[in-house]
Amino acid sequence: MSQPSMSEALRGVVRRDLLLAMRHRSDVAMSVFFVVIVASLFPLGVGPEPAVLRVIASGVLWVTALLACLLSLGRLFTADYLDGVLEQTLLIPQPLAVLVVGKVFSHWVISGLPVVLLSPLLGLQFGLSGDSLWVLTLSLLLGTPTLSMIGAVGAALTLGLRGSGLLVALLVLPLFIPVLIFGAGAVTNSLAGIGSEANLSLLGACFLFSFAFAPWATAVALRIALE
Amino acid sequence: MFQTVALSGSRGERQLFSDVSVTVKPGTLLAVVGENGSGKTSFLRMLCGLLSPDGGTILWQGKDIRRLKELYSAQLTYVGHLNGIKDELTPVENLTVSACLAGDESSGAIVQQALEAVGLVRPVHRLPTRVLSQGQKRRVSLARLWLSTRPLWLLDEPFASLDAAATSYLTQRLHAHLNNGGMVVVATHQEIDLPPDCIQHLRLTR
Amino acid sequence: MSTTGINWFKYSSPQALYPLAGRMIPWFAAFALGLIGVGLYVGFFVAPTDVTQGDAYRIIFVHVPAAWMSMFLYVIMAIWAGLGLGLNARPSFMMAQAIAPTGAMFTFLALFTGSMWGKPTWGAWWVWDARLTSELILLFQYIGIILLRSSIDDLRRADRASAVLALVGVINVPIIYFSVRWWNTLHQGASVSITAAPTMAGTMVTAMLVMMFGFWMYSIAVTLARMRCVIVERERQPSWGKQASMPDVVEAR
Repeated sequence: MSQPSMSEALRGVVRRDLLLAMRHRSDVAMSVFFVVIVASLFPLGVGPEPAVLRVIASGVLWVTALLACLLSLGRLFTADYLDGVLEQTLLIPQPLAVLVVGKVFSHWVISGLPVVLLSPLLGLQFGLSGDSLWVLTLSLLLGTPTLSMIGAVGAALTLGLRGSGLLVALLVLPLFIPVLIFGAGAVTNSLAGIGSEANLSLLGACFLFSFAFAPWATAVALRIALE
Repeated sequence: MFQTVALSGSRGERQLFSDVSVTVKPGTLLAVVGENGSGKTSFLRMLCGLLSPDGGTILWQGKDIRRLKELYSAQLTYVGHLNGIKDELTPVENLTVSACLAGDESSGAIVQQALEAVGLVRPVHRLPTRVLSQGQKRRVSLARLWLSTRPLWLLDEPFASLDAAATSYLTQRLHAHLNNGGMVVVATHQEIDLPPDCIQHLRLTR
Repeated sequence: MSTTGINWFKYSSPQALYPLAGRMIPWFAAFALGLIGVGLYVGFFVAPTDVTQGDAYRIIFVHVPAAWMSMFLYVIMAIWAGLGLGLNARPSFMMAQAIAPTGAMFTFLALFTGSMWGKPTWGAWWVWDARLTSELILLFQYIGIILLRSSIDDLRRADRASAVLALVGVINVPIIYFSVRWWNTLHQGASVSITAAPTMAGTMVTAMLVMMFGFWMYSIAVTLARMRCVIVERERQPSWGKQASMPDVVEAR
């Protein structure tokens, strides 16, 4: 009779996913390229006037990061579901919610963190500078893990369903909207010279709230999906 | 000691089995037999706690597994239809992770020994599992039984895609486990080559 | 909803629910027709013309009760979903399933009438007002639940997954409302707001309340009718381990 400790189990799950990501380095690159390309579409669509770009910057960059997160949700549980690893994960004698946090964390490191690190460059492309660049990065740093955690609930609910890519988007976008509002709002406020502390605090609150509830909801949804 | 009491289950609209009561004592193997579609996999998944039965209870040492939850999962090793291994990782990496997540010994030497015990030669250990054959992948998946110290083993068609050599390795390992007082529940089509007094048969009926 | 002192658990099987619902529907339908008729009459003909908005404001007698209903029904659906998950009770899931389309309908009605109000008042078919935007997001949530259920073939998983989604969504409803109001005040340009309703004369309030009760009656009637359809559908394909019992259900009609 043997049992891993909670931290051993958590580390095991995270290490496996990160090891897999290193074998598929293209996954990381994909998120990054997606964000770069989509962000470039907007000036092409809207026109290159710096004043206009600066106004739309916060919204565009945030929506792009949000879409990148959405598109990567398919990779969160599906592979494990198909090869039986998810089943085994459910049988690990530690709270599933904790293991979910581990999976979401590794997923974020692969898909979300690169976007956060890239955001100052994208911000520059849109004419943001100084303080607003910093606020943009910070807002994404707080926001992208929140989006990943909320998205995990949608991914778990739609696990293995046909057309799950679109369905996940429909389920999860209403849940993303508050994060989008506070995140983009932080950057807009910063550009307008008003303080962005309020928005950033609200973003932090969203992060804590989702950290408290989303893993547990995801665990429930995973058990339902694997019945 | 492991028991099911009046267990009944269905899948979607189909009733699979009802009123199944069976006791598995330490040192015995329960062979669940039946045609395809008779509910063997669902039965095993219920024993794991992955699937909720329609009715009845499953008892481990007299306690309902639904109450025991993680205390019960710590007692079992499940090898299902799916291998539960990652194609992109090598057999060594796969087994190390499985062992680590099970709280078992996972040092390099021990893992390699387990892989050899299941019939995989050293050169294969560091290849990505992707390039192995079905039978070899199945062996990687089963190798965790050589590292497991848990009393209850739940195996779904473990002999499928195994050749004669691997089948005999597995049978020997099962025998050793039973001699240690362990319990095994196997869903299988085949006859298992073990002394008849340690085997119980269960045929699932509607 | 049980108006007599009958033991609730007697009705926890679909066979018993079906005839009970059947007896209740005509009553609720009658009340609904009556109340909605009265409400519309008072709203459209009796209530005074508004000083600032003229007669165009009268659409609020449909818009506001519809919006309230859309939110109440979501909460009630979530409650049934929670009961279903907690008690593992089929009828609770069936109720949640039956409520969703009506809730979505009211949300759509609120958006549609909100749009109709916006046009003469502010010259635009759609304004990104805090309440309208929240309603729009609520509609997405309803549609998500309905689509999730229809995407899952296995009945048990469909019930439980859509229940989880409903519960997650109900937590989101106040968060959405707060964040959208925040967003609205953030962007100074959007100073128009449908919440700037005319100060309510007594008859206006009466009319809105009457309409709301009428909508409640309608919702109950329609939900019960839909529940009967759900029962018939499910009983035809026995799941959760039960045998088919169509003959009973049909005779009880």
